[in-house]
Amino acid sequence: MNERALRELIAEVKAERVSRRAFVRKMVGLGLTTPFATQLLAQAGLAQTVAPRSNYKPTKAGGGGTLKTLFWQGATLLNPHFAVGTKDQEGARIFYEPLAAWDPDGNLVPVLAAELPDIENGGIAADGMSVTWKLKKGVEWHDGRPFTADDVVFNWEYASDPATAATTIGDYRDAKVEKIDPLTVRVRFGKPTPFWTRMFVGATGMVIPKHLFEAYKGANSREAPANLKPVGTGPYRFVEFKPGDLVRGERNPAYHVPNRPYFDAIEMKGGGDAVSAARAVIQTGEYDFGWNMQVEDEILVKLENAGNAKGRAEIVLSRAIEHIQLNNTDPWTEVDGERSSLKTTHPLLSDPAVRQALRLLVDRASVQRYIYGRTAVATGNFLNNPEGFVSKNTAWEFNIDKANRLLDEAGWKRGPDGIRAKDGKNLKFVFQTSINAPRQKTQAIVKQACQKAGIDIELKSVTASVYFSSDVANPDTARKFYTDIQMFTTGTPSVPDPERFMQQFVSWEAASKDNKWQGMNSTRWRNDEYDKAFLAAQSELDPVKRAALFIKMNDLVVNEIAVIPVVNRRWVAVMSNNLKATLSGWDNDFWNLKDWYREA
Amino acid sequence: MGRYLLRRLLIAVPSLLGISVVLFAVLALAPGDPFGELASNPNVPPDVAAALRAKFGLDDPIALRYAHWLVAMLHGDWGFSFVSRMDVDTLILQRLPATLLIIGSSQVLALMIALPVGVYSAVRPYSVFDQIANLLAFIGFSLPTFFTGLLFILLFSIYLDWLPFVYRTDLGGSGWQWYWEEFKQAIMPIAVLALVQAASWTRYVRSSVLEVIRLDYVTTARAKGLPERMVVIKHVVRNALIPVVTLVALQMPALFGGAIVTEQIFRIPGIGSLLISSILANDTPVIMAVTFVFACLVILFNLVADILYGWLDPRIAYR
Repeated sequence: MNERALRELIAEVKAERVSRRAFVRKMVGLGLTTPFATQLLAQAGLAQTVAPRSNYKPTKAGGGGTLKTLFWQGATLLNPHFAVGTKDQEGARIFYEPLAAWDPDGNLVPVLAAELPDIENGGIAADGMSVTWKLKKGVEWHDGRPFTADDVVFNWEYASDPATAATTIGDYRDAKVEKIDPLTVRVRFGKPTPFWTRMFVGATGMVIPKHLFEAYKGANSREAPANLKPVGTGPYRFVEFKPGDLVRGERNPAYHVPNRPYFDAIEMKGGGDAVSAARAVIQTGEYDFGWNMQVEDEILVKLENAGNAKGRAEIVLSRAIEHIQLNNTDPWTEVDGERSSLKTTHPLLSDPAVRQALRLLVDRASVQRYIYGRTAVATGNFLNNPEGFVSKNTAWEFNIDKANRLLDEAGWKRGPDGIRAKDGKNLKFVFQTSINAPRQKTQAIVKQACQKAGIDIELKSVTASVYFSSDVANPDTARKFYTDIQMFTTGTPSVPDPERFMQQFVSWEAASKDNKWQGMNSTRWRNDEYDKAFLAAQSELDPVKRAALFIKMNDLVVNEIAVIPVVNRRWVAVMSNNLKATLSGWDNDFWNLKDWYREA
Repeated sequence: MGRYLLRRLLIAVPSLLGISVVLFAVLALAPGDPFGELASNPNVPPDVAAALRAKFGLDDPIALRYAHWLVAMLHGDWGFSFVSRMDVDTLILQRLPATLLIIGSSQVLALMIALPVGVYSAVRPYSVFDQIANLLAFIGFSLPTFFTGLLFILLFSIYLDWLPFVYRTDLGGSGWQWYWEEFKQAIMPIAVLALVQAASWTRYVRSSVLEVIRLDYVTTARAKGLPERMVVIKHVVRNALIPVVTLVALQMPALFGGAIVTEQIFRIPGIGSLLISSILANDTPVIMAVTFVFACLVILFNLVADILYGWLDPRIAYR
């Protein structure tokens, strides 16, 4: 886009023909950062105004017919505390609600809370040791019982009891929740906790009713009838559930938000594959919404551009980062019954010149352009989005000559076969990833560039179900990382606060035999400065200073080349042209289901 | 007859035990675990997935897990799915109607095509009709279901926009409208499965009728002056059906096992799609139950086929 086109576009925004969001998205699509795009608008005299988020138009509830949604993986259970993947959370989200949800920009929006806790209203204690939630008045469960503080406290008791076997236990066990009055609860922490949004917020924060689950807390949690017949506070009431196939709901006439929901019923159909789901939404219009479109952008574009396309792809920001990890330990030597042992260092990758060369050899622009299209953006950062946490101190380039120079200077000489060597060690790496067409293409792009720099890359691909499993007996898992280089995506699903996300590089998380390779740090990169920054961030209450600490962590990971970020992937869904829905990369697709409507 | 049945059933017990051991061992040795998705989610601490594994007994030795499973199975307890935490028998029963409807109708349709076409081709071998039937049969069974399925979707759903390609179990409407909608969504998967089946059965019926039709007793029947229709239906087809019955009976377990690929393509919530999603999620109790039921059905229908022989051909005796 040249300067003139850019000025024209800014003029469009001024004349309100193009929204700010659309403008920023377009700029980001061109490889600019969000802050820069916002800055462009500010320079043109279009400062950001706090606009009301909701653009819900219907003036009464109901009358919208059935909302038909298609999930290529159907929900297998409807108790949010048992959810294994996002598909289960989405199914539960039709009926249950959290106290607050995350909007697309990473802001908190109250749902069952009357207001958001902050320092000014006393909701967040100044010492960071507690958070007080005020609950919304007049909310009823679908069976007519009132929603109160007891329900919220019960959810903490339920999830934090190990015998319940809740998948949300990690979010609930480190705190204590108490009732202050029927509509107020206080969450107490053992230490100052800025990341208080872990509980009762977003995808893992849905609240289940105490009166139906009270008798099923602990070992008999599986027997609760309400596991299969949810009774929540949400916009739709339960009708039918067939695991893996179908979830059906009908409009909740007593919903606590006026004039909502618009649809009379909702259907969530599961099964099949992503490509045919995209067809059913865009091409035949049989369905209104298709979830998680892990489809090559080329196919989506083709479907959208067909003459009578009935739908479109909706692409939103997320944190998901496709990145290349460099092993810091030696994967080829066995020490005390484990390879990639912390007692070793990598014979080749311990040379900073080799790491720098590899970073220069990843052609991120081509990966974005030819493989991911609109669904990912090349990036030099590991921590991407929301805006406040993005480092502006990093840059990336693709430069084979520079890589060659670096290796020459470091004494890596080309042998007769063109492969560089030094002290009798050949520059040869094994590069593994999961079996997935875009990943194999990315591998090929990297391999080709490395060849030109005299580095020999052997490609390896592992079935996803093995690669991403926690199977202790299998040598091919990503956590064991028994090769030199590997690549995958991390950061889905993600919440805006990056604490959990950045934990994967702290030294005590290093995967090893001692922790049965459950540690999240598979690169085994260990750095005191990083550890200190992480610990400081965990209890830093000033949000700006905290963000600065995360940015520092990102810079350390990237500049020390623990990993090479490739592309920041987007969350993609498809929906029919007349469906109005806002998706969020920080929460479930159904985070704002109450506001979904169809434009005539 | 009674003793024969008893003996056959007793022989079935060790073979079923053997099958269950093999199935269990293969599943236990296969890589992956049901909580893999939790393991790769940075928001879930690793010990959560580990605690779940321990709670569901996934870390116990294989022999112990097998013993637990076997004892529970003998008590009629099929266990519960790790993924949906629902009882396995409920899950299977929920999926059965769709499978029975689709696969059952496709088998009936296949028989309705294969029997008349096969018999007619055999009565007039190498006629134009026979040649065309042969050609179509070869095309039919050389095209795999995933290909014909996609072809049908492309043609009837996308280009012509006549039929829906997502199978729904919650069709609205009632009476005739419901039947019409059900017919519209079921016809493609039924046709896909029936075509393959009909193609191979046509060839089978044709060759077994051809064998019988040349025999002397058929000539005798004709010589008695019986009309051709009577000769074919009463004398030829009945005898020619014996091998066909075996084939159909052995096909019956597939009826319950579902058609994995076709169910996946058309999103039919049947046993086949339950099996594939359980395999993808490493949901051992469900995979175990479905495959074990499948094994039982194979053994049962083998027995049924043997008994049917005797009824069709009284010369066969049970010993």
